[in-house]
Amino acid sequence: MFTRRSTMALGLGAAAVTLVPLKASANIPTVEDAVADFTGGASVADEGVSVIAPEIAENGENVPVEIDAPGAVAIMVLAPGNPTPRVVDARFGEASGAPRLATRLRLGETQEVTAYAKMADGSYKRGKAEVRVTIGGCGG
Amino acid sequence: MSNVRPRIRLPRSARAGDVVQVRTLISHPMETGNRRDPDGNVIPRQIINRFTCEYDGKMVLDVDLGVSVAANPFMEFDVKVERAADFVFTWHDDDGSVYSETQHLELS
Repeated sequence: MFTRRSTMALGLGAAAVTLVPLKASANIPTVEDAVADFTGGASVADEGVSVIAPEIAENGENVPVEIDAPGAVAIMVLAPGNPTPRVVDARFGEASGAPRLATRLRLGETQEVTAYAKMADGSYKRGKAEVRVTIGGCGG
Repeated sequence: MSNVRPRIRLPRSARAGDVVQVRTLISHPMETGNRRDPDGNVIPRQIINRFTCEYDGKMVLDVDLGVSVAANPFMEFDVKVERAADFVFTWHDDDGSVYSETQHLELS
């Protein structure tokens, strides 16, 4: 039966359950956090970075994405629709042949995969590509 | 972690000054930490969090990976080759393991 004590315990339990997701999400950097971290708040030009990805991904578990950022020394790739948006940070070293990286992502839903590039002169550029996801890839 | 196997594809031949394409893949589940087992317990995150490639002692690529990289992380990138030298690849696991692979490129 519901005694006064068990009702209170129930209430505390419910409060704990509602607090947990808030606490968890507070630790995961948002898209804005990631962009601020990468660019330091500098302005970003919407040009000069190609994101090559399929228009439709039947399976979000494995989506090929290629970033081509001529003149870049580093790139950051974001999947803004995922629970953890910051996918990849890549720095190109002195033996790199081109600022290009192809990899495969998990995409939880339809979204615009966005790549930021830091150029050799310290400026920033970005590009994006929308991927329509039929079956999401972020598991339970 | 066991059963982690790196695979690397270098070009069969190259000449000094060429830009060559390198492809790597490592078998790894890239467990996100968002999934639960059938009993409802969270499956802890375990991913490859960093990948590096060096050629002839010089850095080619240094990548930080997040949980949104697909299982069996694949990387394809370009390297400027000047002479016959070793490629050294490393993958860093959340559990502290570092998987390393060295391959020699001969020039034609």
